[in-house]
Amino acid sequence: MKIPKSLDNYQYGFAMPSKPVFKSKKGLSEKRVLEISSLKGEPDWMKDFRLRSLQIFQKKKMPRWGGDLAKINFNEIVYFSRATEGSSPTWQDLPPEIRKTYEKIGIPQAEKDFLSGVSAQYDSEVVYESIQKELTKQGVIFCDTDTAVKKYPDIVRQYFGTLIPASDNKFAALNSAAWSGGSFVYVPKGVKVVLPLQAYFRINSQNFGQFERTLIIAEPNSEIHYIEGCTAPIYSAKSLHAAVVEIFVKKGARVRYTTVQNWSKNVYNLVTKRARVDQDGIMEWIDCNLGSAITMKYPSCYLMGKRARGEVLSIALAGQNQHQDAGAKMLHFAPKTSSRIISKSISKQGGRTSYRGLVQVFPGAKNASSFVSCDALILDEKSRSDTYPVLRIKEKDVQIQHEATVERLGEEKLFYLNSRGINKEDAASLLVNGFIEPVAKEIPLEYAVELNRLINLEMKGTVG
Amino acid sequence: MLKLKNLTVFVKKKKILDNLNFEFKKGQTYVLMGPNGSGKSTLALAVMGHPAYSFSPDSRLSFEGKNLKGLPPEKRAKSGLFLSFQSPLSISGITVFQLLRQALNGRVDILTIRDRVNQAAQSLKIKKELLERSLNEEFSGGEKKKIEVLQAVLLDPKLLIFDEIDTGVDVDSLKVIAKLLKVLVRKKKTLILITHYNRILKYIKPDQVLIMKEGKLVKVGRGNLAKEIEDRGYENL
Repeated sequence: MKIPKSLDNYQYGFAMPSKPVFKSKKGLSEKRVLEISSLKGEPDWMKDFRLRSLQIFQKKKMPRWGGDLAKINFNEIVYFSRATEGSSPTWQDLPPEIRKTYEKIGIPQAEKDFLSGVSAQYDSEVVYESIQKELTKQGVIFCDTDTAVKKYPDIVRQYFGTLIPASDNKFAALNSAAWSGGSFVYVPKGVKVVLPLQAYFRINSQNFGQFERTLIIAEPNSEIHYIEGCTAPIYSAKSLHAAVVEIFVKKGARVRYTTVQNWSKNVYNLVTKRARVDQDGIMEWIDCNLGSAITMKYPSCYLMGKRARGEVLSIALAGQNQHQDAGAKMLHFAPKTSSRIISKSISKQGGRTSYRGLVQVFPGAKNASSFVSCDALILDEKSRSDTYPVLRIKEKDVQIQHEATVERLGEEKLFYLNSRGINKEDAASLLVNGFIEPVAKEIPLEYAVELNRLINLEMKGTVG
Repeated sequence: MLKLKNLTVFVKKKKILDNLNFEFKKGQTYVLMGPNGSGKSTLALAVMGHPAYSFSPDSRLSFEGKNLKGLPPEKRAKSGLFLSFQSPLSISGITVFQLLRQALNGRVDILTIRDRVNQAAQSLKIKKELLERSLNEEFSGGEKKKIEVLQAVLLDPKLLIFDEIDTGVDVDSLKVIAKLLKVLVRKKKTLILITHYNRILKYIKPDQVLIMKEGKLVKVGRGNLAKEIEDRGYENL
């Protein structure tokens, strides 16, 4: 097994020198929260929300399940920094340093390739953002959440923190107190946004916690596809990412949220994602987790209206010193609601993947149906995979199916491919890519290609 | 071309092949027969480099003068060996086109591969829909064997071993498969057909017939030896 000599070899692990205009002191206190709020020029209701959340955060215990979070030191984290003042309207206005970082990820290229809008985050602030005229014409709002608080306070206030209250879990509380950046999307009634909205972001400062706050509201019969792709540079210190994503899918609306996550291998990625789905609405989470030291993420759907539908399709890959604790939650509150969870996990070189899932059917949700399938692929003896499925069914007329498989990378299949002239590494990559294909095919092509490349990169030196 | 000398092969500690000596010559067609468990498939897999098999120290195995022992299967394939599997495995999420694209990576461009796959599929009467599906997943026996032949055609090796290409295949499929094999013979490829039946020999006339029994090569003869075996069985050899 080959281990890179230096972490500098990590393909997406470049780090530009960080030159924040403002950087708060380490640690989180009431003073610091007030400082963040006033620097942002926030209204009182948001300031109060932050302060209340801080109290909850201080009282809440760390989760006693999932990944080992003992190494997180909340006092060593810088909770806010501002890279440039205000948001820059165009690419040319960006500081050259930030531009260079983005060029390495390929943002300008991506923009040329008919992006419908880019909201890229450098440190905690959204500094670059270009929204196509089409969106504005359709009445679609796509901006960073800080801007939304100022420009659209009525809409934000109505929804913000109502689906994921600060009291949900310790990291949701932390986010609620210290949040910065993230995307705000509002799609008016009946509007179908054809091209996916994409937000690229990177965190780029040592010990810097990233607490984006994303809020998506899809009014009745509207449609939207939101994509977040992230690759992060390498740091020497542990880095924490605790985002909150709240999505409201109104009657007959459809929202798809795609994530391709490749945090560098020292990031704690502890994310709370939840969607509320009304009658005949459809929510689809497509979630690919490749990077990070520990990921704990369970996108959920609260199926509130009749025939509401929720889906979570996920891929997790855990290598050396990585633990991907991921899954999904489906809560059926109404009749004829349906859900589907497809989870594919790969563990290698001592990595660990866990599937943690909940399907809950409440009394009255007659004829609810749910299909859960989780497949784990284990590449070697040192690696590990666990499944923690929970079913809570309080209604009789339901259809619930659960399937789980665990397989090892088969020597016979490898030999078959080898006999065709394909070397061991490429053969293993091929088998892994085949294994995740049912989920990967749901991802937009450009991301699927990137995912494929990342997996091939991950497979280097794992067999043989 | 393919030379076996004192070839003795073990699985773990069990001896499966016992001191085989033979040379397969370029451009010739061979038929390899023998009762079940006589070591035919083992020979095929050992030639291709299956990791489960080990050789005795004095075993010699070479292809075009190159020692194969210790050479990984992918390198054997690249030097011109091909094995059509007796029971090809299915591979989820990968089409035969994707497999071939990886196998021919850097040697043949994608569009050419696609054209050739389509062409070969047409002459093998493989349904287009089959090419879009995961390799061998829920394929019929005949379809699996045709896909093996398709790979053989695309990879264009020098020596091909077909392990029971005629088993589980209906009359019509056998006909199209045999037709493709004849093309290979015409192209001066070396063919080794492992079979239990004479029916494929209606289409292809072997230069030599080899009989294996209990891991040993017990008889080598002309084409009519196959007919004799079918009439009288292996008992009297």
